[in-house]
Amino acid sequence: MIDRRAFLRLSAGAGAASLAAACGWDGGGLVKPRLLSIGRLNDWVGEHLLFSPTRLARTYDPSRRSAGLPAYFISDTVPMLRDPSAWRLTVGGLVRQPLTLSLDDLQRMPRVTYTVKHHCVEGWSAIATWTGVPVSALAERSGMTPAARYVDFVSFDSGYSNGWDLPSAMHPQTILAYGMNDRLLGADHGAPLRLYSPTKLGYKMTKYLVSMNFTEQRPGGYWEDQGYPWFGGI
Amino acid sequence: MIASGLQIYEAYARFGNRGDPAYPSPFNGTVFPHWSRLGGWLAAGLNWHFALMWPLVLVGLLYLSYLAASGEWRALLFRPRDLRGALDMQLYYLGLRKEHPAQGKHNPLQKLAYTSIICLGALSVITGLSIYKATQFGWLTTLFGGFQAARYWHFWAVWIFVAFTAVHVTLVFLVDPHSLRAIITGWYRGRFPSHD
Repeated sequence: MIDRRAFLRLSAGAGAASLAAACGWDGGGLVKPRLLSIGRLNDWVGEHLLFSPTRLARTYDPSRRSAGLPAYFISDTVPMLRDPSAWRLTVGGLVRQPLTLSLDDLQRMPRVTYTVKHHCVEGWSAIATWTGVPVSALAERSGMTPAARYVDFVSFDSGYSNGWDLPSAMHPQTILAYGMNDRLLGADHGAPLRLYSPTKLGYKMTKYLVSMNFTEQRPGGYWEDQGYPWFGGI
Repeated sequence: MIASGLQIYEAYARFGNRGDPAYPSPFNGTVFPHWSRLGGWLAAGLNWHFALMWPLVLVGLLYLSYLAASGEWRALLFRPRDLRGALDMQLYYLGLRKEHPAQGKHNPLQKLAYTSIICLGALSVITGLSIYKATQFGWLTTLFGGFQAARYWHFWAVWIFVAFTAVHVTLVFLVDPHSLRAIITGWYRGRFPSHD
């Protein structure tokens, strides 16, 4: 009858586990830190084993564009500049030559345009066309030093920011976009400048950019600090 | 794994690109009950899902290696020559055939079920990978018909699993309750009904 007792004990354990599931449990004080540690392992696997710095995301014909792309921002209302002509992007951190660039300066730099599928962490996707400057071109122009391992992208949307691993930032399809669907980027999608890359989930692509800084330490990010996967690569 | 998946599903409870018609599904717009979801919000649901994927894959690989190394796969794998026996078994179950067809450890219908469920497990993992890394495994995502189609198959695999488990456990109680104890303890003390 030991078997039956063992069985009952096991059932009780399984019942408790289901009950934990029943409460929308995020793991609590004991399990949650472990889940986040496994998250860091997954980040490492994503960055070092699965990510390819040269593999390009599939591109689509512009006729395949989706009817609309939802707008997301953290502020209560659409973040807008009081004086758009005074806006500048600063490029700093571990560089030989820090830069301060206007939108005109950026539009005169090498330009990349592609039509790709956008993947949101929520599970939706939409196809759109993006135009901008490769982040790698800015790294070259500012003289990024070999000590740089990460990039910190900062916005004027209530302190929203994202930390990126350098290989993803240097991917040929990672751009600072000022154009969307053949027009200048709209205020609801991050005007005047936003980060874009089909190698990342939407929440990694900082909108309303004001600065990008090359760092040696891993920068956090708005959603990343609240528990979303830091790497966010797809 | 399923409970955290239902939590993730809540964030976009349909299939299809933005602006495109949703794929046919009775669960479009469904928010699954609170008790069935693990994590409480999207980030925690994702973290549970991406933590539990490791034991799922490791145990799955361990199980497949055991089947391969021990030769037990012979008793489980459904092969074309089992087709005839599967038909006979089906006729017997439907009452159209009186005598129970001769069988080994498992009858051909059981083999078909066990082989299918292993394939379904593999499908769950591979569709999951094609959603998780839709750019790095872009060829795989394309193979499943795109990102939204891969989500669709990933989601439906769950319900086939749930249905399989329900039927499977019901049959255990109906046909051979002793085997339930054997699964847990490793010792079988009953008599195989099919060997009577």
